[in-house]
Parts: sequence; structure tokens; C-alpha cells
Amino acid sequence: MADIGHDAADYAPPAELEEVDLYHAKSWITKYVFSQDAKVIGIQYALTATAIGLVALVLSWLIRLQLGFPDTFNFIDAAGYYQFVTMHGMIMVVYLLTALFLGGFGNYLIPLMVGARDMVFPYVNMLSFWIYFLAVLVLVSSWFLPGGPTGAGWTLYPPQAIMQGTPGREWGIIMMLLSLALFIIGFTMGGLNYVVTILQARTRGMTLMRMPLTVWGIFVATILALLAFPALFVGAIMMLLDRVLGTSFFMPHIVELGEHLKYGGGSPILFQHLFWFFGHPEVYIVALPAFGIVSDLISTHARKNVFGYRMMVWALVAIGGLSFIVWAHHMYVSGMNPYFGFFFATTTLIIAIPTALKVYNWVLTLWKGNIRLTLPMLFSLGFIVTFVNGGITGLFLGNVVVDVPLSDTLFVVAHFHMVMGVAPIMVIFGAIYHWYPLMTGRMLHEGMGKFHFWITFLGAYLIYFPMHYLGFLGMPRRYFEMGETSFVPESAATLNEFITVTALIVGFAQMVFLFNLYWSRRNGIVAEKNPWHANSLEWQTPEMPPGHGNFGKELPVVYRWPYDYSVPGVEADFIPQNVPAGGTATGAE
Amino acid sequence: MFVAIILILVAVGSVLFHLWSPWWSTPIASNWGYIDDTIDLTFWITGVVYILILFFMAYCVWKFQYREDRRADYEPENNKLEWGLTILTTLGVAGMLAPGLIVWNDFITVPKEATAFEVVGQQWAWNYRLPGKDGKLGTAATQNITDENPLGINPNDPSGQDDVLIQSEDLHLEVGKPVKVLMRSIDVLHDFYVPQFRAKMDMVPGTITYFWMTPTRTGTFDVLCAELCGVAHHAMRSKVVVDNASDYQTWLAEQETFAQSIAEARNKTKTIKTLASK
Repeated sequence: MADIGHDAADYAPPAELEEVDLYHAKSWITKYVFSQDAKVIGIQYALTATAIGLVALVLSWLIRLQLGFPDTFNFIDAAGYYQFVTMHGMIMVVYLLTALFLGGFGNYLIPLMVGARDMVFPYVNMLSFWIYFLAVLVLVSSWFLPGGPTGAGWTLYPPQAIMQGTPGREWGIIMMLLSLALFIIGFTMGGLNYVVTILQARTRGMTLMRMPLTVWGIFVATILALLAFPALFVGAIMMLLDRVLGTSFFMPHIVELGEHLKYGGGSPILFQHLFWFFGHPEVYIVALPAFGIVSDLISTHARKNVFGYRMMVWALVAIGGLSFIVWAHHMYVSGMNPYFGFFFATTTLIIAIPTALKVYNWVLTLWKGNIRLTLPMLFSLGFIVTFVNGGITGLFLGNVVVDVPLSDTLFVVAHFHMVMGVAPIMVIFGAIYHWYPLMTGRMLHEGMGKFHFWITFLGAYLIYFPMHYLGFLGMPRRYFEMGETSFVPESAATLNEFITVTALIVGFAQMVFLFNLYWSRRNGIVAEKNPWHANSLEWQTPEMPPGHGNFGKELPVVYRWPYDYSVPGVEADFIPQNVPAGGTATGAE
Repeated sequence: MFVAIILILVAVGSVLFHLWSPWWSTPIASNWGYIDDTIDLTFWITGVVYILILFFMAYCVWKFQYREDRRADYEPENNKLEWGLTILTTLGVAGMLAPGLIVWNDFITVPKEATAFEVVGQQWAWNYRLPGKDGKLGTAATQNITDENPLGINPNDPSGQDDVLIQSEDLHLEVGKPVKVLMRSIDVLHDFYVPQFRAKMDMVPGTITYFWMTPTRTGTFDVLCAELCGVAHHAMRSKVVVDNASDYQTWLAEQETFAQSIAEARNKTKTIKTLASK
């Protein structure tokens, strides 16, 4: 077996295990509702995440309306504002991005890309989605309970999160913590499935070093999530006990409104360590699948192999490992022992090295390519720009002493929106334009797609690039209104108005995108098979969209890496993974 | 072509915005100019990389756009190039990290001559405590808080008796004198933040946090809370006035000490009680 990924072979090892029969749906309900087919589960995850994501989008408009035009909207008060900020953040990070990348793309693509008929534990996979669905319902329920959702900020820092001065203290915080606990239980079921499927159910010839980077990204991210989420789980349960039973895990002695509370002896900083032990890997739980997917999009649409595949794989693994020892860079000004700063600044800046390598390899993949400016390619370019921009501002915040003036200002808000909001969402869009034909058999409308891309990319850049400068100025984040100060010039208010108007326009462009998804399902151009002339296995299924069991009678056999584009001496500019050495692409002209 | 032009416009536009932006750090009022310098250095190193990458992308998109009759190059790996870029990046990162850590070391090493004062946060007000004539702050704890002792100063600690209390009023500091800022909170997390001082630190109930600095110019500056502390977080404000030595001494002489404030509080209660009994 070739240990260098890009050498094709003309043989594949024999199967080690016989195939296990799949669960076959017996009714409409077991086929589309309580489905055990990873493709259906993936789409269920994606639709649920999109639905709750729309709530987060509307919340972002409300936040922006208040920031751009303070004292204008009577229906937004300070309590409401902090609730919007909290719910927007939590929904976007956990219930949209994590769920969509791992639950959505993970479920849909892993079995197809590694050449399996389904996930190895389909029943557990089904449970995973329904528990996630329940978690979303519990989260939403907090709007309908007395006091409304919590306004503690998405970081939920105690003591504030469970005290009177914070909105949603009655039920909101309880529902939030319960919902997170449910999400983690559901995710663990799905996550174990993804890892075991990738390790155990790859088809003949699909060595680890022949897996598409999409699968690598999702694989490493899932391992991170399985190790990181338990810290949040523990934190959530302990805070729930502090709130409901009056324990003092995170609560020191406190005087609230002149009254001594019954708490004592706990540590608020302990919660921050638990939260960020989860929270920093979480950034990469979102970023690594995006890294993987964008590598495949760039390669396919530039008709060129991913440059430095092995380096790309090791960079993913290195980033994943390092992401567990950088968490306290979120806590430089938390009051933790200041000597931690030396360690965490060093590890944080080291993680920039493998990350920068990935960027170089993406742009070097473009070099001497044959670049098709398709929608997936446009979104990939948009990703590189916004990711590099957000990555370098991370070098400011990671370098402990530079973080001191910038921490808790709008610079941080601009940084993380650029790097883990805009950039991964660019990849999500690119991926949807890329795989929509596989899922539906039709292409998305090109014109609407271009409109969507340009408004989203340029608009998002115009929102977040100038916002960094408000942070330099010293404007704090999580401020309902700036009020009177001696250092914020009036022009800052004008910039805030501009950002708000741009945000509303970018939001509108997302409606066009959603309409496109709906409209093209019936009216899009019918896609030819393997419309992008891609090499990976999901495009080599006998039917498109792939049917139950994915690959018809025979599982595909893999002879080469997925990046044989424009191989010298071969007429077609692509050779699918299931073509033996010396063979040619079927269906290639 | 169009895409390449937009990429270049993004790069050029970002640089122009940076040069012409009216929004930038406030004029500094502390000794932490090194922090600003480290920010500038980081800007230079990362800015150059950013612009280079955008231009490189624009060139690729323009030069290698799809043509039926062209083929992409086939080059899976290039060890030399990959390692070269790794080493360059490592140097760039080290170039930012090393000065950053040196300045951080300064930031957390409090000079001996720094005088300590205390900031006490509560929802949603700022209180301050300065050492009295003995130059020492008395011990304090949230457990000691009563109506007449809202900052929880230990009533049995002799060094606390002459501590100067400033409750919900402006703090004054003397220009050119290094100070160690000790921070406490009696309820939730807060964060003592004066943009012009560049420094900030969370205030955590149950523990004392600190930073140090030297005010370098006189003036009045806003104190903001920089850690979400509940529904009136944005309204938790105060001011710090940096005075020259004589103004500072005049102001200091007018402030009330802990012992005085306790006596006054007790007198008040006594008067109320006597009035009530009559």
C-alpha cells in the first residue's frame, strides 16, 4: 500500500469484514422523521440549525438597531438588549455552527466520502438528532417563561449569571444550562458515531492518508468536541446546582443590594477555566471542518491538487492538539495568576504557525491552477480573506500584553465575528452551493448566488473591518448604550449607523439565499452527474442524489487520493478515487 | 479580472482606511506606551502578510482563470517551500511574542515605590479606598460589610482606621507617582477600565486582583466597567482625576477617613434614636 498519499495503486486490500445489513425504513415516518439514514439526519440537523439560526439573525438585527440608533426603539430596553446578545451568541456558536458542521455536513458527507453505507450506529445517530432538537426546544422555551431568556452573556459567567441583577435569572438561566446539557448528550452520541465510522467503516483502499480533507477536518473537530464538551457539561451542571440547590461551586461570599447571601467559598474563576477549556477548542470545532471543506472546494474548483496534503493533515492534528492548551488566553484580564500569561501567550502564538501554513497551502493551491470562478470558489476566496483578517487580529489578542487594552472592547467582537463567524459561514455557503446538486439533483441559481456572495462578502467586511477601530478607541463590548463619555467622538456614532445599515442589507441577502434554496429545489437547472468533475466518492454513487445504502450493490474500492486533478499524461483533468492506476475517469469526456 | 480587482480594492481600501481612520487609540495617559508600541509592531508584521496574501490571491485569480485549453500544474508537495514558509512564519511570530512577553513582565512586576490604593466594585457603582497617614491599607472582606461599613473594612485592624474612603465620587491620583491598583468586588465580576491608561483588570468577588501604572498627564478620565455585570453594566461609570502634587494634597485633606465615617454613621443613628425616643 502506498504510504505517500498521491501515488495511485492498481490493487486494494481485501475486505476485512463482511457487510452488515442496514436498517430499512418501513414507513414514511421511519424514513423521514425518525430516520436512521445519515443523509436524512444530516438534512434534519441542517434544517433545524438554519431555523434557529434565523432567530439568531433577527436578534443580531435588534442588537444592531440599538447600537446604531440608541434611544430610537422603545421596544428595546437594557434587559432585552442583554438577552438578545446572549441568545444570539449562544445560538450562533453552539446551536448553529457546531450543529451544522458536525451534525449537518458530518452526517451527510462522512459515510459517502469514506465509502460506507451509513454511520456505524444508525439508531444512536437518530437519537442524537432528536436530543439536539429537544435542546433547541428547551432553549426556545425560555422566551415563554417568566423573566424571559438569560441575559448573562453567552459566556454565562457566575456569579452574575445566577443573580438578581441579570435578566432571565428566574427561568432563563436554568433553561439555558439544561439545554446545553442536552445538546452535549446529543452531540456525544453523534460524535462517537462519526469517529467510529471514520476509523472502522472506510471502504477497501481508503487509507487514512487518502481521506478527503473534509473528512479529516470533521474527524479532528469531533475528537476535540468529545474531549472539550464534558468540561462545559460539568460547568453547566455545577452552575445549575448553585442556582437551584444553593451550592457554592462558583459562588464566593456575596453582598447583593446590602444583603449577605448564603453563598460562600466558591470560585468564579473556576467556571471560567471550565468554560474556556471547552470554549477554545470550540473555536476549532467550528474552524477545522471549515478548513477541511474549503481545501476540497479550492482544489476541485481550481482543478489542482491540494498543495501539501500531508502538511495539511498534520496541521489539522497539530492545531487540534494545541487548541487544548491555549484556553486561558480568554482570561488574561480575569484575575487569574498573571504568570499564566507567559505560557498561554506562547502556546497561542505557536498555534498561529500551523494555521498560517494552511493559509499558504490554500493560496498555493490556486497558484498555477485552472481556476473556475464558480460560487463555491468565490465563497472559498471570501473565506481566505476574512479568515486571514480575523486570524491576524487573533495575534493581537493572543499576545497577552496587547490583549490588556483591547480585551472586552469591540475589537474582540470584530475579531471573533470575522474569524469564527464570517469565515466559517463563507465555507458553509460555499459547501451548500457545492453539494446542493448532490443532495437535490439540481443546481442552485447562479445569479441569485452571485448576488448573495457579493453582498455577504463585501457587506460583512464593511461591518467588521471598521469595528476593530472602535475597539482601539476603547469602546467596550456588551454596552446597551455608550452614553456620555469624554473620549468617544461623535463620528463613532455615525460609523455605528453605517454598520447597522450594512448589517440589515447583508441580512436581506440571506433571505435571497434561503429563497434560492427553496426555489431551485423545483426550478433549478437539472445537474449532470458529478457536475464539478470531482474525485471524491460522494460524487461516484450510482444514483444522484445517492439512494438508501449510498453505493448500490457494490461498495466502491479506492485506489488513489482524492486530489488527482490535472495529472500529467491523462486527458481528463480529474481521476476519481475509485479508478485504479492506469485507468481513466468514467464519465469524463 | 473583476474578482482580482475587488481583492486588490479590499487590500488597498483596508490600508487607506487604516491611514485615514479618525478612530484610533485615545491619547495615552499612563506609562504603558510600550503596549502601544507592541500593537504598532504587530500591525506592521501582520499587515504586510495580509496585504501580500491578498495580492497573491488577486494575481492567481487573474493569471490562472479557467481556460478550456489550459491545464493546472501538478505538484502535490514542495518540502523546501513548505519548510521555508514555516521558518519565516516562526520568525515573524517570535518577533511579536518576544517583545510582548518582555512588556508583560513589566506589566506584572510592580515597582517597590508604587503606593497601593483600592477599587471596590458593586452593582453598579465604584468606590475607592486610599491608605491614610500610615501609608497602609487595612484588611477588608465582604463578610465585614454592614450598613455603616459598606466596603467591609476590618473594624479591628488599626491600619484601616485612617484609610480614606471615596464612595461614588471621583477618584484623584497624583501625576507621575506609580500606583498599584488593588481590586475587589462585593457581588459580581466587574472590570476597572480607563481607556487612556491602557490597563484593565477584572474585579472578582472573593479575591483581590491588581495591576500597576503611573499616570503621566493631568486631566479627567472616564472609568468604565469592562466586564458584563448585569442589566446596568453600561451605566456603571466613574471618573478619575489626575492632579499635580499640590492639587492632589488639597483634595486628599478634604476626604473622610474610615474612622470618621463610622463615627458619623453612629452619630446619625444615635441622633435618630434620641429623636425617636423623645
